[in-house]
Amino acid sequence: MEFFRFRRDIPFMRHALVFNVISLITFLLAVFFLATRGLNFGVDFRGGTVIEVHYEHAVDFGRVRGAVDKLEVGEYSAQSFGSANTALIRLPLKPGVSSAQLSERVMTALKAEDPTATQVRVEFVGPQVGKELYENGALALLLVAIGIVAYLALRFEWRFALAAIIANLHDVIIIMGFFAFFQWEFSLPVLAALLAVLGYSVNESVVIADRIRENFRKMRKATVTHVIDNAITSTISRTIITHGCTQIMVTSMLIFGGETLHYFALALTIGILFGIYSSVLVMAPLVMWMGVSREDLVKPERRTGAEGDKILP
Amino acid sequence: MNRYPVWKYVVIGLAIAIGLVYTLPNFFPEVPAVQVSSSKAGVRLDSALLETVESTLKGASLPYRGASLDPTGVKVRFDDPDTQLKAKDALVAKLGPNYIVALNLLSASPQWLASIGALPMFLGLDLRGGVHFLLQVDMKAALEKAGDRYVTDLRSLMRNEKIQYTGIARDPNGGVSLRFRDEAERNKALLAVDKNYPDLVSRPQDASGGELRLVATLKPEAQKKIQDGAVQQNIQILRNRVNELGVAEPIIQQQGSDRVVVQLPGVQDTARAKDILGRTATLEVRMVNEEPGAFEQATAGQVPFGSDLFTERNGQPVLVKRQVVLTGDRINDAQSGFDSRNNEPAVHVNLDGTGARIFKELTRENVGKRMAIVLVEKGRSEVITAPVIREEIGGGRVQISGRMSTREANDIALLMRAGALAAPMEIVEERTVGPSLGKENIEKGFHSVMWGFVVLAAFICAYYLLMGVISTIALSVNLLLLVSILSMLQAALTLPGMAAIALTLGMAIDANVLINERIREELRWGATPHAAIQAGYERAWGTILDSNITTLIAGVALFLFGSGPVRGFAVVHCIGILTSMFSAVFVSRGIVAILYGGRKKLERISIGQIWRPSSSTATPAKV
Repeated sequence: MEFFRFRRDIPFMRHALVFNVISLITFLLAVFFLATRGLNFGVDFRGGTVIEVHYEHAVDFGRVRGAVDKLEVGEYSAQSFGSANTALIRLPLKPGVSSAQLSERVMTALKAEDPTATQVRVEFVGPQVGKELYENGALALLLVAIGIVAYLALRFEWRFALAAIIANLHDVIIIMGFFAFFQWEFSLPVLAALLAVLGYSVNESVVIADRIRENFRKMRKATVTHVIDNAITSTISRTIITHGCTQIMVTSMLIFGGETLHYFALALTIGILFGIYSSVLVMAPLVMWMGVSREDLVKPERRTGAEGDKILP
Repeated sequence: MNRYPVWKYVVIGLAIAIGLVYTLPNFFPEVPAVQVSSSKAGVRLDSALLETVESTLKGASLPYRGASLDPTGVKVRFDDPDTQLKAKDALVAKLGPNYIVALNLLSASPQWLASIGALPMFLGLDLRGGVHFLLQVDMKAALEKAGDRYVTDLRSLMRNEKIQYTGIARDPNGGVSLRFRDEAERNKALLAVDKNYPDLVSRPQDASGGELRLVATLKPEAQKKIQDGAVQQNIQILRNRVNELGVAEPIIQQQGSDRVVVQLPGVQDTARAKDILGRTATLEVRMVNEEPGAFEQATAGQVPFGSDLFTERNGQPVLVKRQVVLTGDRINDAQSGFDSRNNEPAVHVNLDGTGARIFKELTRENVGKRMAIVLVEKGRSEVITAPVIREEIGGGRVQISGRMSTREANDIALLMRAGALAAPMEIVEERTVGPSLGKENIEKGFHSVMWGFVVLAAFICAYYLLMGVISTIALSVNLLLLVSILSMLQAALTLPGMAAIALTLGMAIDANVLINERIREELRWGATPHAAIQAGYERAWGTILDSNITTLIAGVALFLFGSGPVRGFAVVHCIGILTSMFSAVFVSRGIVAILYGGRKKLERISIGQIWRPSSSTATPAKV
């Protein structure tokens, strides 16, 4: 089997502007939704109490709401979770009321209404902890970005580092845009997925940057555009197969992972799809426009030049 | 060409062998077990305990599968939960309150595996069910309590030094403020405080209205010491209380400067757990009933009216009057130390103002008699110590000494402090997972990994043929090593952690795809099979290294800043990246070398169809 049969290099860079305009539009849309709708932060970041309750029959939400309404806990939500027999009740933070009492009061009320109600899970996050998780999350994102830029700048060149991080942060923003648009719950595992995507799609940029560097050494007479086109064309087969393989695993999580892993896998799926696009079709043109040249990459390798020549036909 | 030195095979073989051994315990089912550990410091866990446990079980004719002793206590495995419950009851009745007898599930893996440290993966709370609390210690309250203590201390200092002052109070800004009528007295006080209390910084301050003040504040390092002490003390108290819950493997540890994590695997009754953790024990000082004949009467079964028969910590019964003369909230602090006169171990107790007054009166009237310090917790009373009063004690500083070891002094001080938390605590995070949800989560995680792996392997084998099979073997080795390292480290595996296993496998295949694609490319350009393999591995290596390091950066950041389940994700992710580099490059190359390396004339590699552009002008840019 050989899926990818390219007779000649695909002139990606000829359409570079189009690709970047497309990604700019998606990016702006994502920012727009993030600004207007905002992220639907889960209990991890916002604080509050989540109670998962299992019934031996389908949940009667009228009765559940009736029981919780009496407790006057503020604006809460009750919805089914995973199956029709399970209800998820989200309660807001209420100053002066400890979580310990709150979840017990709710469970007592629900049990009084229907004795088959059993508590499956309780999560409570206080306001301070929520704020910290939020800050730490942002800090982690920043640290990853800086770490990757520093490593790529050291290993390749600052233009690659900058282009790679722009391309990949743009993935992260787009994933967050999806979460804002659909108002999917943004929880700690989703944050983990975002960071994993960031590390993962940088892989992509690294593979291409590596090939561009190699081509600069080998294709002495080719133009920069030609070098980049060739690099993308010769790695596209690997790019698509690798992403396909990762997606197989992620799809498996989407199917079997249940509710807890659902949004995690969803974030990864979006990240993988946009990761291919951005690291190939956003990063490469950016590098080109920033004016990367043969001298930038090949010069420091002069010392090993003799060895490099030997491989050449 | 493409041969591999023997030492590399030895390394691969060793890695796989160790991986297999340490992965093995995960395949044994879990069986019901009972775990016996000590509930207090000083109770020894030794072979005598093991014998007692075994003889008790034999006496009750309860069949068991084997009992073992390790530093945490005695573990006994059973065939069914029914016997387990009966055994627990029998052991509780036999061993008494000094031991915790907890129900647990233990792996049925053979003893030799456990003895080399090969244990099944440690499951996080979301997989085994249980309660997780994050408690915040109220540091402001801890400092206020310290302020109260200094008010007592400085008051007695002023009295001893005969310094005239008009008032003393806790300063709202943390510290103590003293008021004086004249400058000279204030200066004397300043010198005295500086000399006797190095932890305090005192400076004169003149309030409006001509009032002369001396404000003594805690030095920052002293504040830190008090706060650290408060957290440590609270942890100790929580540990004592958790012991009563009979949890097999509780985790109680400090997190950050002012927080405590409490994890109770397997606990379902959260209401009770919260109740016990939040309970306040009380400390009472009572007089010992020393009327002639009363004690003999009580031990014979007839406790005189108005008295209680308690046992001391050393097992001695003590008859104590029911009237409480002093309660624990009058005790500011209790520390172990040494008697200044004869250097014997002693416990120094610091009472507050009211406590000091009461105590002075009490000791004046009862010289030569015994008093008892009683800890009342959960309706159970225990006499911590019952010293004889030697003389009248004023000033609120009490020393208990005589016939005790340093260790005993430590224990007594600890128990006296255990009367109350050093500072109030508040639950700031709670995660409770039911046992059924835990089992469900394991299943979900397992199925995600298994089916993803099966489909992935099928695709890779179909696409790259024999090289695909080699990649799949390398990927399996990766999984094996990952699971064995997780088992070795005993890092908590969470559901996000299982997701990380799936994701890591999905990403690890990248290295093999890179290699295989590179080999195909080399073949397409006309390289000989041997040269293609050589070049494929060599050139792909740089790329693999770069891309894995960037992924590792993300994993490490996640570990540093993540919390709870996300941290579990990060740990698995990072380890997975390291094992994948080993297996995808080192192991797969080793297999290739076995299959192809020996052949001098290698015609073709089974790597799937290599498509070559037909016309020469269309050759992929090769200059």
